Amino acid sequence: MASGGGYEPVIGLEIHVQLATRTKMFCGCELSFGDEPNVHTCPICLGHPGTLPVTNEQAIRFALEIALALGCEIAPRSIFHRKNYFYPDLPKGYQVSQYDVPLASGGRLGDVRIHRVHLEEDAAKLSHVGESGRIHGSGASVVDFNRGGTPLVEIVTEPDLRDPADARAWLQVLRTTIKQIGASDVNMEQGSLRCDANVSLRPAGTEELGTKTELKNMNSFRFLERGIEAEISRQAGLLGAGDAVAQDTLHFDPRTGSLTSLRSKEYAHDYRYFPEPDLVPVAPTEEMIAAARAALPELPADRRRRYESELGLSEKVATQLSSDAELAGYFERAIAAGGAEPVTVANWVTGELVARLRETGDGEVGPAGSRVDPEAIAALAGMVERKEISTGAGRQVLGVLVAEGGDPAAIVEREGLGGIEDSGELEAIVDAAIEADPAAAERVRDGNMKAIGPLVGHVMRETKGRADGGDVTRLIRERLGLG
Amino acid sequence: MTDELRELSAAGALRRIEAGDLSPDEVFDAHADAVAGERLNAFLWRAEPGSATGGGGLGGLPIAIKDLFCTEGIETTAGSRILEGYRPPYTATAVARLLDAGARVVGKTNMDEFAMGSSNENSGYGPVLNPWDEGRVPGGSSGGSAAAVAGRLAPWAIGTDTGGSIRQPASLCGIVGLKPTYGAISRYGMVAFASSLDQCGPLTRTVTDAAILLRALVGRDPCDSTSVGIPGGVELPAREDLTGIRFGVARDFSHHAEGVEPGVAATFERSLDVIARAGGEVVDVELPHAGHGISAYYVIAPAEASANLARYDGVRFGLRAAGDGDLLTMYERTRSTGFGAEVKRRIMLGTYALSSGYYDAYYGRAQRVRTRIVEDFAGAFESCDLIVTPTSPSVAFELGAKSADPLSMYLSDYFTVPMSLAGIPAISIPAGLAEPAGGGPQLPVGLQIAAPAFAESELLDAAHALEQAIEFDAAPPRGAGDG
Amino acid sequence: MIDREQVLHVARLARLELGDDEIERMASELSGILDHVERIGELDLDGVEPTSHVVALENVLRPDQPRPSLSRERALEQAPDPADGGFRVPSPQA
Repeated sequence: MASGGGYEPVIGLEIHVQLATRTKMFCGCELSFGDEPNVHTCPICLGHPGTLPVTNEQAIRFALEIALALGCEIAPRSIFHRKNYFYPDLPKGYQVSQYDVPLASGGRLGDVRIHRVHLEEDAAKLSHVGESGRIHGSGASVVDFNRGGTPLVEIVTEPDLRDPADARAWLQVLRTTIKQIGASDVNMEQGSLRCDANVSLRPAGTEELGTKTELKNMNSFRFLERGIEAEISRQAGLLGAGDAVAQDTLHFDPRTGSLTSLRSKEYAHDYRYFPEPDLVPVAPTEEMIAAARAALPELPADRRRRYESELGLSEKVATQLSSDAELAGYFERAIAAGGAEPVTVANWVTGELVARLRETGDGEVGPAGSRVDPEAIAALAGMVERKEISTGAGRQVLGVLVAEGGDPAAIVEREGLGGIEDSGELEAIVDAAIEADPAAAERVRDGNMKAIGPLVGHVMRETKGRADGGDVTRLIRERLGLG
Repeated sequence: MTDELRELSAAGALRRIEAGDLSPDEVFDAHADAVAGERLNAFLWRAEPGSATGGGGLGGLPIAIKDLFCTEGIETTAGSRILEGYRPPYTATAVARLLDAGARVVGKTNMDEFAMGSSNENSGYGPVLNPWDEGRVPGGSSGGSAAAVAGRLAPWAIGTDTGGSIRQPASLCGIVGLKPTYGAISRYGMVAFASSLDQCGPLTRTVTDAAILLRALVGRDPCDSTSVGIPGGVELPAREDLTGIRFGVARDFSHHAEGVEPGVAATFERSLDVIARAGGEVVDVELPHAGHGISAYYVIAPAEASANLARYDGVRFGLRAAGDGDLLTMYERTRSTGFGAEVKRRIMLGTYALSSGYYDAYYGRAQRVRTRIVEDFAGAFESCDLIVTPTSPSVAFELGAKSADPLSMYLSDYFTVPMSLAGIPAISIPAGLAEPAGGGPQLPVGLQIAAPAFAESELLDAAHALEQAIEFDAAPPRGAGDG
Repeated sequence: MIDREQVLHVARLARLELGDDEIERMASELSGILDHVERIGELDLDGVEPTSHVVALENVLRPDQPRPSLSRERALEQAPDPADGGFRVPSPQA
């Protein structure tokens, strides 16, 4: 994407994923979802004096699975560190995280290299309450420690992305990967997937990195893309005017499209990292790594390759299907239902259904969330493939399925969309069309093939699209004696 | 009669209870009454005289617990005003084990604030007085526990030792104090000072009593990731002489100690004679880096403490400074009002040692010195079984004598700190009496004996035999400390 | 050694408020202590690994099994300013 002035955007992502364990990272409190405040706390996650953390083994397992799925090297020995700062949502006055010896490093997903993967605990939740008790700006805040201590995996990429749309697409693949592993719900709106972006510009063709800014916490894929776009524009504007980009932490407001600096007037954070003395190192054994590897489901890249080589799908279609967990699941149920070639089913799913859903304003809803059962789309694809109905009729059936759901065969029956079985019936309609438009018929006989259009159109209307376009054209030519 | 009861060792009382000669109630009440009227300021919380539960290896005997251990529903202050009125929602594992074994808490003892000190003059609740001479300190930070046992207010007590806080007060009060191997006893519920150094331990009048308590306390705790217990358990001592035991003396280490009083030095030399007469062999060993223990300790301990004490922020429990300030003001005012001078000093020191630009020079280096000290002990134990030193450079000093210069106070820990850094067990037993450097009545001098990690049984065995050989039978004036 | 500016900076990091007299005294006390501590600067520690844990344990993990949480009442029992089911504090700025 050109940002003007010959600058190339350089984008890296920092992603936090809340793990789908039953209990918190360092204590046995259950994870909560929208529960009453402070009902999932204990002396440990409240940071009471004398309490100590004990690491959740499932969190380690999930983290290993994620790291392996991303092709990372697992550190033979990693340790936890304390990251020290004061904030009301941080009960101990430090976060237990990992610093210079993380769980895993050096992987890759698609075109983006992974710098590191590590484990840490989530902070609690701060809500802002006004003096009157209503929520509005300053005054007082109230802390809910339910979320505090939730296990997080942090994934940091190398700055390999060059385009906001690519960043969005890549994050989708990452999300799909993690969702398929089952390690997290990875729901951006609910906060189980959080993404910050590091953005800088440099003159196109150069190697040295420019000053980067950090965009915090964009909570939807669309806002991520727009936020990065906005920041690229802002930086391009500065550089274009001869000004320098200052290091900063920014918040993107999707309603206004504006970027505001979050850097407080306070002293810059000096986290004073040091190894966490209350926890011992994690040294994944061969058994642990083998178990994590065995637990991995088929990942997007492997699935794409399988779709291409075994199912014969094109790269474009295979990529589209494999990069979306729900879509891939839908597609696989459809082909499992049988009755049509995978290529045909794929084309109906990605080509026809997805497009139709976008049109009907349900663009955010994919096939999996629509009224069209995967078995139905498979049956439909089969009927068209076997020429039981025409492609046109098939599209009509699809329209009904999208609107109401149901069974394609029943719809065909009900709407009378079945293919023309009796060739005599079709011939009669063709003859009627020729009779109705002798001028067109004449032109066709004279060699003007374009004139066949109106005749075909007439037949299609008469047959309500049930006839196959190719068959009709051939029949018209026959009846006109063109062979 | 009650006075006699209070002269009994714990083992002695247990024998008589078992023989039906004495009831646990009598013993408990005798002590509870004394505690109620005590004037050493050794106790912050006192139990009501009442019925004892009896049974279990600890027979319902009264025990004094340093106020650093969380006791559910009972005020736990850690000697600090910032926790005044704090009632923990849970009980420390060490205390729970004692209660399960049939012990009964007669009171919670005064201590240097957050275990930071060597004289118990840093308590937010006033200093503790030494029953041998009420113008003098009992040592610290477990000064209350030591004074209670020496003053016959409790037959035994538990304290904590981070750099000498059990051993040094034991030495100054003429009793036995043991710091076990790091990891032997669970730290869960011990208000943390320095996580990689803190250990719970017994303060008693005899080595056998210390062994009985230790046995009840040790064990792996699932709530403490750093706990291992003592593999093989704890044997009660039975040895009658020191034949075959090699006692290492590190002259170089002792030579560089500052402020060793002549009386202490003389008592130490006499102890070596006693060892030899009892059949032990005194050998020379080297601890080349132990002399740097204070320097390393006073970086590592404050650094860990600065993080451990960050949770005292007025948000969830404890003191919150009054007034309508903003968040920063609340933090600063709460902590500045709630913490005493020594605690603030160590938080500052620790924060500085971890801060950006200083980590490598201070914390990083100190942890490397620690490695060297670990290696020194390992090397020394190849040519000896136990290592002996004076416990403290001086006998009990006068209240206020070391307050002007924090460093002079820190140097009280010279002999004890290296064992803490190495995580090895060490005990102090009374070795004799000596005149203080400034003149005056004689006061107790302790002998420190250190052993390799997890060699508590051997350590206690030898200490018991040496205790028999020394025949220390001095005691504070009768009724000292009673109301 | 450690000057007034550094003392103020460190005090801010540690959320401690020091009075003017305290600042001077703290600077001089810390300087004295650091003087002694700095002796470790003389040692040759090349190639020596730092010890962060004296106990040689690894992989101490707990099963992902729930344990009872505190009731909200108990959780808030010690709170200096409980409100709306939570722990109320002055709002952080920025």
